[in-house]
Amino acid sequence: MLYREAGQFRTSYEADQQIFPIRQDRIAFALLMAVAVVGVPLFASDYWLTAILIPFLVFALASLGLNILTGYAGQLSLGTAAFMAVGAFAAYNFQLRVPGIPILVSFLLGGASAALVGVAFGLPSLRIKGFYLAVATLAAQFFVPWLLVKVGWFSNYSASGVITAQKIEILGFVFDSPVRRYLLVLAIVALLALAAKNLVRSRIGRAWMAVRDMDVAAEVIGIRIMRTKLIAFAVSSFYCGVAGALYAFAYLGSVEPDAFNLDLSFRILFMVIIGGVGSILGSFLGAAFITLLPILLEVLLHGGAGLLGLNLSPGTPSMMQLVVFGGLIIFFLIVEPHGLARLWQIAKEKLRLWPFPY
Amino acid sequence: MTKSWKSAVLVAAAAAAGLAAAPPASAQQNTQFIGITGYRVGPYGANGAAFFGGFIDYLNLVNERDGGVNGVKLTWEECETEYNNAKGVECYERLKTRSALGPTAIHPMSTGITYAIMEKAPVDKVPLITLGYGRTDATDGRVFPWVFPLMSNYWDAATGIVRFIADKEAGNLKGKKIVLLYHDSAYGKEPHSVLDAEAKKLGFELRMIPVPHPGNEQQSQWLQIRQYKPDWVILWGWGVMTATALQTAQKTGFPRDKMVGNWWAGAEVDTVAAGPAATGYYAASLNLAGKGYPVVKDVEDVVYKKANKGQDAKLVGTVLWNRGLAAAMYTVEAIRRAQEKYGKKPITSEQMRWGIENLDVNAGRLKALGFNTMVPPVKVSCEDHGGSGLVRFQQWAGSEWKIASDWMKGDSAMVRKMIEDSAAKYAAEKGIKPGCMGG
Amino acid sequence: MQFFLEVLIGGLLAGVMYSLVALGFVLIYKASGVFNFAQGAMVFFAALTFVGLQEKFGLPFGVTLALSLAAMVVLGVLTERIVLRPLVNQPQITLFMATIGLTFFIEGLAQLIWGTEVRRLDLGIQDEPIEALMERFNILVSRFDVAAALVAGVLVAVLAVFFNKTRIGRALRAVADDHQAAMAVGIPLKQIWAIVWSVAGFVALVAGLLWGARNGVQFALTFVALKALPVLILGGFESILGAIVGGLIIGASEKLAEVYLGPMIGGGIEGWFAYIMALLFLLVRPEGLFGEKHIDRV
Repeated sequence: MLYREAGQFRTSYEADQQIFPIRQDRIAFALLMAVAVVGVPLFASDYWLTAILIPFLVFALASLGLNILTGYAGQLSLGTAAFMAVGAFAAYNFQLRVPGIPILVSFLLGGASAALVGVAFGLPSLRIKGFYLAVATLAAQFFVPWLLVKVGWFSNYSASGVITAQKIEILGFVFDSPVRRYLLVLAIVALLALAAKNLVRSRIGRAWMAVRDMDVAAEVIGIRIMRTKLIAFAVSSFYCGVAGALYAFAYLGSVEPDAFNLDLSFRILFMVIIGGVGSILGSFLGAAFITLLPILLEVLLHGGAGLLGLNLSPGTPSMMQLVVFGGLIIFFLIVEPHGLARLWQIAKEKLRLWPFPY
Repeated sequence: MTKSWKSAVLVAAAAAAGLAAAPPASAQQNTQFIGITGYRVGPYGANGAAFFGGFIDYLNLVNERDGGVNGVKLTWEECETEYNNAKGVECYERLKTRSALGPTAIHPMSTGITYAIMEKAPVDKVPLITLGYGRTDATDGRVFPWVFPLMSNYWDAATGIVRFIADKEAGNLKGKKIVLLYHDSAYGKEPHSVLDAEAKKLGFELRMIPVPHPGNEQQSQWLQIRQYKPDWVILWGWGVMTATALQTAQKTGFPRDKMVGNWWAGAEVDTVAAGPAATGYYAASLNLAGKGYPVVKDVEDVVYKKANKGQDAKLVGTVLWNRGLAAAMYTVEAIRRAQEKYGKKPITSEQMRWGIENLDVNAGRLKALGFNTMVPPVKVSCEDHGGSGLVRFQQWAGSEWKIASDWMKGDSAMVRKMIEDSAAKYAAEKGIKPGCMGG
Repeated sequence: MQFFLEVLIGGLLAGVMYSLVALGFVLIYKASGVFNFAQGAMVFFAALTFVGLQEKFGLPFGVTLALSLAAMVVLGVLTERIVLRPLVNQPQITLFMATIGLTFFIEGLAQLIWGTEVRRLDLGIQDEPIEALMERFNILVSRFDVAAALVAGVLVAVLAVFFNKTRIGRALRAVADDHQAAMAVGIPLKQIWAIVWSVAGFVALVAGLLWGARNGVQFALTFVALKALPVLILGGFESILGAIVGGLIIGASEKLAEVYLGPMIGGGIEGWFAYIMALLFLLVRPEGLFGEKHIDRV
C-alpha cells in the first residue's frame, strides 16, 4: 500500500540512474539521514555516542572497504586490521610531522598510505586465488603491526609504542565532545559511502564484478585484470585506512599496534558476511549487528542472571556469551547465507504487495 | 523456514536492541557502586578469573562482615572485556552510566585498556587504579592526576629485579651477562629504557630478545640464549609465554633458578602449566601468595562458608587472587578515606580521587585489616601516585610459592628521575600544566 | 656448525608439531572443501576434555583417551549435522565464516564445561635434552620433540593405511575427487563427512595432547592454528604429504631466520616470517607444493 512504485515514471536517463529510483526509498533515506544528523545528537546519550554509534560508523566504513575488495572484486582478505593500522599511524605521523596540516588532509593521506601498502600486498593476488590469497594477506596482518612496534619512529619513540591521537580541529573548531565527533565521523562515512555506491555502479565497479564472477572471462572481454584487481586493493585499503584513522582519532584516542590484531580483521569480515557480500547497505547492517550483538548478549546474560537471581558461577555469563555469539553466527549463515541485506530486499518485495498479495 | 519467521527473528533482535538502551538500574539509597571491567574468557581468562575473583570476594567480605563501609553497602557490576581494548572502552562507558555518582574507580587490569581510557577518565572525572601495570610515568600525579599506578610500577619491577640479581651475585654485576626475554608488545617494551640505564650504570651486558605474540613456541629464542650463555634471564612474559619459556628453558638446559620473572609472569597459572620445569623459578611480586593471613581466613569463613557467595574456592590464596583481594582492599580504604572528608555516605568518583591521593595504608592498618605482610604499606601523595615502589621475590617450590626475599626497592632515585622526565615530556606534548589538584 | 645443526634439528622437530595441526585442516578440506578455521578450537577442546576427564575421574590413560576420542567424534558428527549439512552448496567463504562461528562456540563451550584455569598435562615424557647426543656431539635435541615426531610419523602412517587400504578410506578419496561422481556410485556423502570430521577430531586430540604437554592446557592452545596456516599454504590445502613437508620447511626456516636474520632487524620475526615465505613461495607455485593444479576454463 505504502510502498508502491506504480505511477512513478522515469522520463530521463538521469532519473533512471539515480541511486534510489523509487520515491519511497528517497523519502525513507532522507528521514534516516535526518534522524542521524538531527535526532541522534539531540537524544542519544554519551554512552550511545562513544561506545556504540561512533565505533559502529568506523566499523561500517572498514567493512565497506573490505566489501569493495571481497564483495565486489572477489578477493578474500584477512588483513583488514593491518591496513587500518597503517591509516591510523600514518595520520598520526602526518599530524605530528607536517606543521599546520589540516586534520582532514591527514586522514586522506592516512588512507592513501594504506592504499599504497594495500597495493603492495595485493600484488600476489595476480597469481594467487581463493583461500591461498586469504592466508597470504595474513602476511600483512602479522607484518605491519610488527613493523610498527619495531620502528620507533612510527610511534614518535614512545616507550611503549602507543600513540595518542592529536586533537581534531577543523578551521578552529574543536571536535572534543562525543556529539561533535559523532557528527564528524558521520559526515566522513556518509561521503565515502556515497562515493562507494557510485564507484560500484561505474565502469570500474562493473569491471570488478566481472573479475569476481570469472576472471578468465573478464580478461577475454578486454578487462585488464591486473589493473582492476590492484585498483580494488587500493580503494579498499584507502577506506580501511581512513577507518583506521577515525578509529584512533575519533573513537579510542590512543592506540597501540597490537590493537589492530587478527581478531579485528575477523570482526570486520564477519560484518561483511553477515551484512551481505557485495552490498553497500549490507556493510552498515553487518557493522550494526556485530557491534550490537555482543553488547546485547552481555547485558542480557549478565543483567538477566542478576534479575532472575540466578547464582551462576562467575565467568559463566562470559562463556555463555561466546557460545551464543558463535551459535547465532552459524544460525544466521544457515538462515540467510546472503546476509542481512538480502533479508532487507525480501522485506521490500513483500512490502510492495502488502497488504494485498494478489 | 518461512520468510515471515525470518522477519520475526529480526523484529525480536530489534526489540532486544532496544532493551540494551534501557536506563541504568536506579542507584539504590546508601550504596556505593563499583564498576568492574573484568575478563574471564580468552587467552588471559585464567589470570582474570583469579584477580577479579579475589576482588569480588573482598567486596563481599566487607558487605557481609562489616555491613559495608561505614554502613554504606557496596554494589558492583562486572563487564566482560575479553582483554580487548575496544570492548574495554565500551564497558567503561557503560559502567560510567550505571550510577549517578560514577563507577567509583576503575581497575582496567590491562595495559591496553588503560591507555584507551586514560584520556577519557579525566573528562569524566573517574580515577583509574592500575596496580602494577599501565603507564609507568603516570606515577607523577602532577601530570596524571586521575591515574594511580598503586604500589609499584614496571620500572620499579625492572630495577628491583636487577637489585635482586645483584644480591645473588654478591653485589657485583660487572661483566655479567643478562638476557631480557620479553613479550614483543607495548608491555614488553616498558622495561627497555630503564634496563639499558641499569646496564650502563652497573656494568653488566644486556641483551634483549623478543618473543612474538602469543609466545607458544620459543625454540629459536632459547637456542640463542644457549649460545649466548647468560648468567641470568629476566622474563617479561604474559599468558602462555611464561609457561613455554620455562619449559623451553628446561629443554635447552638453562637452570630455572637463574630466571627471574616480573609479577605478571609469576602466578600459579604460569608455573602449574609448566609442571616440574618451573621448580626453582623466581618471580618478582607485588604481594605474597598463600592463605596464612587473617583476612583470607575471614573470606573463607564469612564469604565462602556462611554467605555462600564465594567466587571460586580453588583460587583462594593464589598470587593473583591475593592481588585482587589487595586491590579491593586499597579501593575500599580509599572510599573510607574519602568518607572522612566528604561524610559517611556514598561518594562520587571525583571525591574518590581525593581519597586515593590521600590514601595511607601503613603497617598498623594492614595488621588491623588482617593483611599483615601480604602487601607493603602504601602511602600515596600528589607527587607519588604509586605509594610504595617495593617488590618482593618468591620462588616456585614445585607446588607453591616460597618467599625468597624481604620487601626491597630497586634504584628508586633513577626510576623517579626517569618518571619525571617522561611525564614532563608528555605534559609538554599535550600542553598540560603540571600541578596538584587538591580536594 | 654445531649451533647451526641444533637450530636446524630444533626447527624441523618444531615443524612436525605444526604439521600435526595442519593435518586436521587438510583432512577436512580434502573431503569437503571446507577451510575449517575451528581446528585450533578443536585442539583446545580435545586437550581440555582429556585433562578435565583425567582430573575428574582419575581413570587410566587409555580409558581417558578413548572417552576424549568419543567426545571428539560426537563433536564432529554434530558439526556435520547441524552446521555443514544446512550449508551444503554455499560458497566457500560462507562455510569458512560458519567455522569461525563454530570456533567461538567451541571455545565458549569448552570453558563452560571445564572452566578457565590453566592445567598441566603430563604424558610422562620430560622435555629434556637427550644426554647421549649432548655428551658426544654437544648437540641439543629434546627427548619430547623426538617422541612427538615419532607420534606424528605413526599418525601419518595410520592415516595413509586408512586412506589407501580400507573401504571407508577409498570412499573418502572418491569424495575428495568428485562429490557428484561419488554420490552417483552410491557413496553416502553425509556419513563420509561425519567420518572425516571425526578423524579430524582424532588428529586434533593427538595435537592437543602434544601441544598441551608442552605449553600447559589453556586457551592459548587455540593459537596453534596460526602456526599451521603457513604450513598449509606452502604444502597445499589438499595434500597430507604437503602438510608434513610444509611443516618441516616452515619449522626449519623460521627458526633459522629468527636466529640468524632476527637480531639484525630487531627480532621477533617468527610471527610473520613463515607467512612471507609462504607468500613468496606461492608466487612460484600458486597451488602450494603438493596442491592440486586448478585449471580455469571460461
